[in-house]
Amino acid sequence: MSNELATRSGAGSSAVSVKDLRKNFGALEVLKGINLEARKGDVISILGSSGSGKSTMLRCINMLEVPDGGEIRIGGELIELKKTNRGVVPARQAQIDRLRTRASMVFQSFNLWSHLTILENLIEAPVHVQKRGRAECIAEAEALLEKVGIADKRHHYPSHLSGGQQQRAAIARALAQKPDVMLFDEPTSALDPELVGEVLRVMRSLAAEGRTMLVVTHEMNFARDVSSEVIFLHKGVVEEQGPPDVVFNRSTSARFKTFLAG
Amino acid sequence: MDMPFMAEAFVSLLRGLPLTLNLAAVSMVAASILAIGLAWLRMSDVAPARATAIGYVSFFRGTPLLVQIFLIYYGLGQFRPTLQAWGLWPFLREPYWCALLALTLNAAAYASEVVRGGLLSVPAAQVEAARAVGMSGLLLYRRIIIPIALRQALPAYGSEIIIMIKSTSLASVITMMEVTGLAAKLIAESFRVIEVFVMAGAIYLAINFMVAQTIAAVERWLSPHLRAAPGSILPSEIAHV
Ligand SMILES: Nc1ncnc2c1ncn2[C@@H]1O[C@H](COP(=O)(O)OP(=O)(O)OP(=O)(O)O)[C@@H](O)[C@H]1O
Ligand SMILES: [Mg+2]
Repeated sequence: MSNELATRSGAGSSAVSVKDLRKNFGALEVLKGINLEARKGDVISILGSSGSGKSTMLRCINMLEVPDGGEIRIGGELIELKKTNRGVVPARQAQIDRLRTRASMVFQSFNLWSHLTILENLIEAPVHVQKRGRAECIAEAEALLEKVGIADKRHHYPSHLSGGQQQRAAIARALAQKPDVMLFDEPTSALDPELVGEVLRVMRSLAAEGRTMLVVTHEMNFARDVSSEVIFLHKGVVEEQGPPDVVFNRSTSARFKTFLAG
Repeated sequence: MDMPFMAEAFVSLLRGLPLTLNLAAVSMVAASILAIGLAWLRMSDVAPARATAIGYVSFFRGTPLLVQIFLIYYGLGQFRPTLQAWGLWPFLREPYWCALLALTLNAAAYASEVVRGGLLSVPAAQVEAARAVGMSGLLLYRRIIIPIALRQALPAYGSEIIIMIKSTSLASVITMMEVTGLAAKLIAESFRVIEVFVMAGAIYLAINFMVAQTIAAVERWLSPHLRAAPGSILPSEIAHV
């Protein structure tokens, strides 16, 4: 592997690295040792049936769930955890807050802040978390809204937008932080069928720009056409993993075939 | 009805208005601060802290304000040596401070439930989205939780202010000469119960009308996201276009 060379040139260096990730909810073992490697520019689609642990894995990478075991690195930096008598907790909240701006999350149900306009939603984290200049953030936010096609909605509140527009705003909000990796958790699953296309179009254009993305999705065409790698989770373990043409066309996993048929 | 007498009564009752407003405003501010502390205890992970808040709220909501005022005004005398030692006696022998204390403690119980309701109403998904972009601690409260909770709590908080303004009338039973106290005095002198109480009622009604209007205006100002989108014109707005 030419990883050495690639690391030095920047492209191909590690964006997210997950080693032996474990997570339990009480007695329920949800993740049983997941390994995942995303280099810069990778688009990794994560497939799996309901309850297989896809969301939990993504939420661990953003630290919305604290893993019970394993290691997560964002841009090479290890997320520091410590064991206490109440379980595993982040060692330093400041590190978590900083790394969260590097890996930004797009949720199934958008989760825009209802009391802020679309533009205010976009500049909230850049101004108040990343402490960047307000004017600069506004200019960038307007360009991002232009890019996702809702510039005319910038002074509207989220409740005034359709689901597809809200999700595009949420993607723009995630982009506004200039993240190293974007985490999508079923971004089109809460949308009416006729609104799915507009969100997928935005995501395809992000992939074409070379952005690093981890995408939990049920959109098989997106997974097949856009991703550089597909991961199939089954009951908390990686059952199938590889480039989409290999996984989709030559998989020998009976479970994956059942999943595709279902 | 004797119009000239009623006009006279109105003017003399107005002299009690500053005290009414003073009692209401000071105790509402103090109660709000206390309420935040109580709500914090109530939502704490520590069982004794929760129990303290629950006990406090059930006592002050479960007993009449009038009884609380009497207990504080007549009851605190029992603890005079202690209060003197703490330097509180010069205050707590005054009916004004006793009334203020009773109103504050009582309103804090109700307001703490308003605060708690506001905090509980903040959608978990929006808090999660804020954590996901790197907000935590005070920043998360200042930018996301409090602004959303405040908007939710405002209507109920407005009702508390109105109830407080009316509750100040009970201070008259411990000799406070606010609007109701003056009304009782005037009745004792004139024996014209109806005229005097009609005027007293009118004064409370007028203040509360203004308070309600103000709260409604603040609500409208803080909650544009609950109204129609900009660009879509509501019938009520056509006049301004
Ligand atoms: N906070 C939680 N507390 C307890 N159990 C949870 C929690 N979150 C998830 N689980 C459980 O963990 C398992 C995996 O959930 P997860 O949400 O990761 O699945 P998923 O693959 O994203 O499914 P879906 O496709 O339905 O979104 C499920 O059995 C779920 O019930
Ligand atoms: Mg999920």
